[in-house]
Amino acid sequence: MTQINYNSSNVDLLNIEIQLLMEAIFLRYGYDFRNYSKAHIKRRVLHRLVLSNLSSVTQLQDMVLRDRGFFNEFLDDLSINVTEMFRDPEFYKSLRENIIPKLRTYAYFKIWHAGCSTGEEVYSLAILLKEEGLLDRCQVYATDFNRKVLSTAKEGVYQKNEIEQYERNYQLSGGLHKLSDYYKSRYGSIIFDKELSNKIVFADHNLVIDKVFADVNLILCRNVLIYFEKNLQDNVIGLFYESLVPSGILCLGTKESIKFSRHENFFEAIDTKQKIYKKKIG
Amino acid sequence: MYKAIVIGTSYGGLEALKTLLPKLGSGFPLPVIVVLHIGEHNNETFLTYMDSICTLSVKEAESHEKINPGYVYFAPPNYHLLIESDFTFSLTTDHKHNFSRPSIDILFESAAWVYTHRLIGVVLTGANSDGAQGLKMIKDFGGMSIVQDPNSALSPAMPRAALKIAKPEYQLNLEDIAVKLIEFAFKRK
Repeated sequence: MTQINYNSSNVDLLNIEIQLLMEAIFLRYGYDFRNYSKAHIKRRVLHRLVLSNLSSVTQLQDMVLRDRGFFNEFLDDLSINVTEMFRDPEFYKSLRENIIPKLRTYAYFKIWHAGCSTGEEVYSLAILLKEEGLLDRCQVYATDFNRKVLSTAKEGVYQKNEIEQYERNYQLSGGLHKLSDYYKSRYGSIIFDKELSNKIVFADHNLVIDKVFADVNLILCRNVLIYFEKNLQDNVIGLFYESLVPSGILCLGTKESIKFSRHENFFEAIDTKQKIYKKKIG
Repeated sequence: MYKAIVIGTSYGGLEALKTLLPKLGSGFPLPVIVVLHIGEHNNETFLTYMDSICTLSVKEAESHEKINPGYVYFAPPNYHLLIESDFTFSLTTDHKHNFSRPSIDILFESAAWVYTHRLIGVVLTGANSDGAQGLKMIKDFGGMSIVQDPNSALSPAMPRAALKIAKPEYQLNLEDIAVKLIEFAFKRK
């Protein structure tokens, strides 16, 4: 097996080569990871070196630049697609109790689920909306920059092995029925009812390089900002601010916050613990 | 001169940390960064309690937070904790490693890249083998490696795995680990 060319004596070299690799990817393919958390990128790059039996990031860069198929594989390495249904049940509980009543006041509303990954949390949201009788009144945009995960999300077919955990999460989140009411089992997989995805548009959108999405009433973007450096995080929160209607709602991950961001004062907290914020009027 | 201490522990870790951390008194010059496997639940109560018995300030590590001496930082449940080159924290929801999130290996490896030989790694009681590879990397990078004596650990599996794989400089009971940490922390060279 190839020995990786980095150790305690050339840590700087690794950092430099990774920076060059990110620049190369941006120039060649337009994906911008230059302001992502360096520690996260480093971990993923080193992991790829071992998997592909490469000894340096420069070798990796050569392959990434010349081989689109290999780049697509590496793109999967860089995006985190670990998710689950009703992840953080307390968040969904708060959404149901504190935000649904606000949405109910609109005749029609739009939701943007940014960084939806393989879609488990989008279906969770759709189930919640259906139970509250609001699914017919809304349009959900579910976006991600990774087309592979988007197509999984669109299909709504998932492995059955996590289903007990999902059922537990659903109950803890204040679900009104049984999760199994919303899917059919087939050959170790579960398939969500088409009725749930009828109102969802799955679209390719990159938070780092693409523009404002639409005039939306609610944005969910959970466990995405943790991968961004401070400035990029600020820019994306700005993008959300622009996208929201006045009094629109922004939901972040449990360990994310608008605290210390440039836009801190443009939002007020609705649930500090679950990181649910409201855009101030004016 | 050392710059930081990373500690990893799982089963029995709560008790072990209750013994170890209060011994690091005021003026202790290094930040202490801990991964304790405690499941996916909220650890607020535990952090408040630890803070009340320690001289150092005990808190949960936050995304982008600057790492400072005088603090004991705990990885939040269900997130991996990473260290950035500018000495701030990053969190990831990446796959579990050794069935664990946070994983000790992931913290240790990430810290080794940043602190290299200026890092002290400590593996305490626990029922799996998380931390062994990370401690080996700290040692390979010239840092200091310490493992709790398995005979003194509530659950000896994790210290044993670390001893076997990392072959650490020290194998000590909790009281002696505290003494060693204080000794190393104040060393000038």
